[in-house]
Amino acid sequence: MRPWPLSLIALSLILATPIFVVLSSVFFPAGDIWTHLFETVLARYISNSFALMIGVSIGVLALGVLPAWLVTAYRFPGSKVFEWALLLPLAIPAYIIAYTYTGMLDVAGPLQSNLRDAFGWSYGEYWFPEIRSLGGAIAMLSLVFYPYVYLLARAAFAGQSGSVMEAARSLGCSQRSAFFRVALPLARPAIVVGLSICLMETLADYGTVQYFGISTFTTGIYRTWNGLGSTVAAAQLAALLLGFVFILVSIESWSRKQAQFFNTGSHSWPSPAVPIVGGRLFIAYLVCGIPVSLGFVVPLIQLSIWASITSDSIMTADFAGYLFNSLTLAAITSAAALILALFIAYGRRLYPTQLSSAAARVLSLGYALPGTVVAIGVLVPFAWLDNRVSAFMVARFDFNTGLLLSGTAFILVFAYLVRFLPIAMNTVDAGLTKIRPSMDEAGRSMGLGPMTILRRVHMPIMRGSLATALLLVFVDVLKELPATLLLRPFNFNTLAIRTYELANEERLADAAGPALTIVLASLIPVILLSRSLERAKDVPSVGEKP
Amino acid sequence: MGIKKIFAYVLSITIFMVGIVSAAEVNVYSARSEDLIKSALDRFSEETGIEVNLITESADALIRRIELEGFNSPADVLLTVDAGRLFRAKEAGILASIDSSILRERIPAAYRDPENQWFGLSLRSRVIMFDKSRVSPSEIENYEDLADPKWKGEICIRSSGNIYNQSLLASLIEHAGEEATEAWAVGLVANMARRPQGGDRDQIRAAVAGQCKLAIANTYYLAGMLNSDIAADVEVAEQIGVLWPNQGDRGAHMNVSGAGMIKTSKNADEARQLIEFLSADYAQQWYAEVNNEYSVRTDIPMSATLQRFGEFKADSLNLEVLGRNNAAAVRLADRAGWE
Repeated sequence: MRPWPLSLIALSLILATPIFVVLSSVFFPAGDIWTHLFETVLARYISNSFALMIGVSIGVLALGVLPAWLVTAYRFPGSKVFEWALLLPLAIPAYIIAYTYTGMLDVAGPLQSNLRDAFGWSYGEYWFPEIRSLGGAIAMLSLVFYPYVYLLARAAFAGQSGSVMEAARSLGCSQRSAFFRVALPLARPAIVVGLSICLMETLADYGTVQYFGISTFTTGIYRTWNGLGSTVAAAQLAALLLGFVFILVSIESWSRKQAQFFNTGSHSWPSPAVPIVGGRLFIAYLVCGIPVSLGFVVPLIQLSIWASITSDSIMTADFAGYLFNSLTLAAITSAAALILALFIAYGRRLYPTQLSSAAARVLSLGYALPGTVVAIGVLVPFAWLDNRVSAFMVARFDFNTGLLLSGTAFILVFAYLVRFLPIAMNTVDAGLTKIRPSMDEAGRSMGLGPMTILRRVHMPIMRGSLATALLLVFVDVLKELPATLLLRPFNFNTLAIRTYELANEERLADAAGPALTIVLASLIPVILLSRSLERAKDVPSVGEKP
Repeated sequence: MGIKKIFAYVLSITIFMVGIVSAAEVNVYSARSEDLIKSALDRFSEETGIEVNLITESADALIRRIELEGFNSPADVLLTVDAGRLFRAKEAGILASIDSSILRERIPAAYRDPENQWFGLSLRSRVIMFDKSRVSPSEIENYEDLADPKWKGEICIRSSGNIYNQSLLASLIEHAGEEATEAWAVGLVANMARRPQGGDRDQIRAAVAGQCKLAIANTYYLAGMLNSDIAADVEVAEQIGVLWPNQGDRGAHMNVSGAGMIKTSKNADEARQLIEFLSADYAQQWYAEVNNEYSVRTDIPMSATLQRFGEFKADSLNLEVLGRNNAAAVRLADRAGWE
């Protein structure tokens, strides 16, 4: 085998060790715990997880697809602002939005308290939706995850050739029916990718469902481990979860194969945006305004109010250190993820084999695993390796090397890669599939070398996808909590850890300061991301120029 | 560069790094969050010159990390916020006995391991709290009464996934047996005002908002609300009364935060010094004043806030039992439908 595909598979195997660690648990006996789970809680874990996935699917599609269509196909005052503002909820960690809405809408929160005072009601005499419920969890997760769908749908709509839309309209389609009959089917593969990212995030979420008291697969894994005290059964539950995700990933890649569309016309230009006026303008504002205000503005205001009460005691000198640690980890990981994703994507393009695509599929499972499971899966092989090296060195040189890698930032970044490389791979893949092999051939027939083709043909087309990959990973690392908690070195804090510790002590108002800083720190990459997408839009995404 | 040269280079760097960290230090793996322990650790460093390195995480994850790190684990001391986890650490075989007359004298037997592998450092109780405007303290007496149908739809309590509820169940199993405790849990679930959700403070807030009359919570949460910067929290907490359960018999259910020394510790002397420091006057008063916990010692006064809750009789059950019965407690909660 050639070196590239070989190293591709080696890399995949190394990065997939935590997944294999989880899967290997099925070979160990777990006693009677499975009988117990089966008789009591397993059905609830499964049904709640399913309900959550279905609900979040509906939620993210509703919140993500329509606004993406509106800001690309129409023109209205403020549409340019919405174009980037719709990404902002990405900056808010799921458990933070859950805390803020609970603070506002809970039975003891200011809204219900004021209602009771104003009308002289007492609890039970009026109806109010229960925020800490399955429906509430679906709403919270949809509000922070829909930007993935929006991002991919918008890129797909923007990349659609104007000639296709013109053909549709010349055949008598209105703008609206052109959406349903042409644009949406063409964008389907991209939307499915976005949706699958949302669903994996949903399955991996622990903070929100735990706080809302919803028993899901993820809370079940923790309960089996911490409560029933069985590491093996907990890992087996995680393996079962991976089984579901594998089905999900397979459906996704199958659906992508079913719907491979290339723009084939030799003339390609962006579809002209149609102006919106009158009463429809109101609807457009509603469709674009609801996701941004509920997913970003409202939580931001609540966090700011809390932070203003507690800022003195919380904004200490250590704060700059937390920010620095968070940003450094995010920068290193996102750069590494981008390089690895490019390496894998090109490897698969140049040497497509069954094995390499299977390897990619296994790697993508990491995204759906709860962070703690990934962290332990990373610690197991590294600690083993460290201890073997140490034992060897002691025996051979009478010198103990101790733990060389465990307990360093290195394995932290490794764990982040296990978890977030899939999102970079997906995004880079999406960019690369837009470049048809004939374009490479054309370049080569004109005597260009591979590096020149890369620089002059691929990079301009891929720029948007690469920026997306980089920044999605960056923001995800800023928000990441469980793996950071378990794997970090001594005396090492991040903003997410600081937020969690205060929130975990039920000091939500104190947690608002660091939470707000995460949001603000994520804002910079999110805005950069939309800028770079803006620029990338000038380049026809399919690459042909008249 | 030859292999030998590279090797020598790596070796010298490693020795250099080891050299840096070999000043007197102690490495703490803490399930207690940084805010609730850091200033006591800083004080220890000031007094002794021993540097303290800290990682915080949930106890189960830390225990697993220590197990996996094996002989080379840098951990010297494990701090947890619950006796059950100390017991689990002992069962996992990662703790070492400390032979310290100071610790034995200061800490009552119920609050430390019979084999001196772990030591309780601060106490909290899980009590019945009530909305003073709607409940008179004479209406309820014991934990057992929480299953009485007269409280139907009137009890707020968080998930049984929470360790403090598991420990309460574990103590009931010890006192009344598994069957009676399961019947009790079924009764409690039937009396719940809502599906278990949120944290302890949320139960207290819900009681004052009128969703339930009784809330089950740990004492320091109510004390923390009374001392809060947030006016609304203080207002809520003022309306809550504390009922000490089972004062006619065994006493209120207690739990500890505590510490144990790791078996593979390379700084065993420093580790012992740290645990002794945490049981000494300064740290004990700090636990009481800053964290609103009860001292494990009888000679340390309660904080002013805790004095408002009054004197009480504490259950003298050895807390090892909480760990021993933990898995049984969770299974029982699963069967009783306590989410």
